[in-house]
Amino acid sequence: MAVKAVGRPRPKGGGAVPFAAVFWRLPWLRSLLLLTPPLAWFVVIYFASLVLLLVTAFWTTDPFTTQIVQVWNTTNFERILNEPVYHDIVGRTVLLAALVTLTDAVLAFPFAYYMARVASRRVQTLLFAAVLLPLWASYLARVYAWILILNHSGLLNWSLQSIGLPPANIGYTNVAMWVVFSYIWLPFMIIPTYAALERVPESLVEASADLGARRWRTIRDIVLPLALPGVVAGSIFTFSLTLGDYITPLLVGGAGSTFIGNVVFSNIGIANNIPFAAALSTIPVAIMAVYLFIAQRLGAFEAL
Amino acid sequence: MEGLWTRWLLRTWVVLILLFLFIPILLIFLYAFNTSNIQSWPIPGLTLKWFSSTFDDADVRTSLGLSLQVGLIATALALVLGSFAAFAIHRMTWFGREVVSLMFILPLALPGIITGISLKAFFSFDGVPLSLLTIVVGHTTFCIVVVYNNVLARLRRTQGSLIEAAMDLGANGFQVFRDITLPLISTSVVAGAMLAFALSFDEVIVTTFTAGAQNTLPLWIFGAIRLGQRLPEVNVVVSFVILVTIIPVVIAARLTGGGGAARVPAAR
Repeated sequence: MAVKAVGRPRPKGGGAVPFAAVFWRLPWLRSLLLLTPPLAWFVVIYFASLVLLLVTAFWTTDPFTTQIVQVWNTTNFERILNEPVYHDIVGRTVLLAALVTLTDAVLAFPFAYYMARVASRRVQTLLFAAVLLPLWASYLARVYAWILILNHSGLLNWSLQSIGLPPANIGYTNVAMWVVFSYIWLPFMIIPTYAALERVPESLVEASADLGARRWRTIRDIVLPLALPGVVAGSIFTFSLTLGDYITPLLVGGAGSTFIGNVVFSNIGIANNIPFAAALSTIPVAIMAVYLFIAQRLGAFEAL
Repeated sequence: MEGLWTRWLLRTWVVLILLFLFIPILLIFLYAFNTSNIQSWPIPGLTLKWFSSTFDDADVRTSLGLSLQVGLIATALALVLGSFAAFAIHRMTWFGREVVSLMFILPLALPGIITGISLKAFFSFDGVPLSLLTIVVGHTTFCIVVVYNNVLARLRRTQGSLIEAAMDLGANGFQVFRDITLPLISTSVVAGAMLAFALSFDEVIVTTFTAGAQNTLPLWIFGAIRLGQRLPEVNVVVSFVILVTIIPVVIAARLTGGGGAARVPAAR
């Protein structure tokens, strides 16, 4: 940076001057002092918590006193591996997270494409604002809205009946979860996809057209590969947020809708088995680690 | 370059997605005025009676008070820690900068349940009773990143030459900060604070793990929906929460020209 060329400043008077001069000549010292409080917060609280979570997963609770027994063992993991019910739960969670991600990618791409490459500047700004509002509008409120829509006498069945179709009772099923998750995380997919599409250089698209490629060929061979990192960046959010959710399964899911998060949640409540909950929650962490690794290989981090 | 047909198809798609995004939100506001206490469609009539009964509800008022308290304290903490981090990282050139950057983003990239259960295990291990303080700690941890992102983005767009000029003209460190740096970054700091508050005011996943017996507003809503009780009041409270989170976001978006309020990676 140009900083070095400036040399030593000569401010006039005041007790703060020597300090300022020291910080100016030793920028790393200033950075260190500034970085210490936030870094300390993260290391002392957040990382200590994450490490403790991992350690706790290898402890157990005493079945009589529900006190945590700090003895290193793999009972919790054996239980998860040996009981088929947990395989089903993990499978369901991952499958639905993948399905939601795919659905959102398909819903978002044409929308983002229109925003980035067809709409006028004014419409672009309006659409961006229109995506921001549901992105921030209360999560619980939007889940609740779907309870109102999907229930027996809700808007969906009323609409179906008014055009002469039989009612669809999808409330409190996995289908309801799929719809609600896709709805809630859609803005998280639209925005990175839009950002990536907007960065596709116009010259490449024109070059492709000049070389005789038809519109769909250009989209497939030029636009899509260049926009892929944006889609993958969005998918990190749709996938991770679905993977770790337990509120939506609890509120709009049914008897067969248990997610990893629900088991974690129920184990910290009445059962008060934090070690088992900790062991279960290492599964989404491991899955996300693999996912982030693949995403990084696909160039999503450059879009982050 | 798109043909007439393609444009027409894309426009239809955009309209359908917009309807999909907004019908549920508009529906919530409409249900808040529902005369019946049964939540079915179409609603029989419009009334304002639930607004006064919600306002008189002691539980709602207590949880609103707690939510405001948590939101304000967490925002204040995140403001200081996030700005400090942004200033430090902005000047850093060593390899650790990417690692530190990734670290601050982690609470948003990892599923919320991980942050929640980790903190729960941490507090339980340290024997810290769950209270207002533990909720604040959880909220601050994921709020730091929004302040950090906004301030850092602004610092990157700020020209170093202005600061150098001020120093050449004899301003001391404090004067440079007060007269040059602060005015340049102030809107991004305010935007970061607005978003941090919005994030905190609506958070439910981490809060369920870090709250003891006390309820924030989202926890009250969650409980009421789960039990299917007091739904007319839920309609009102939920509409209120949407407004309270949207207003700061609109302000933040205006202060940063849109990109700062994106929550997900949108602009470089």
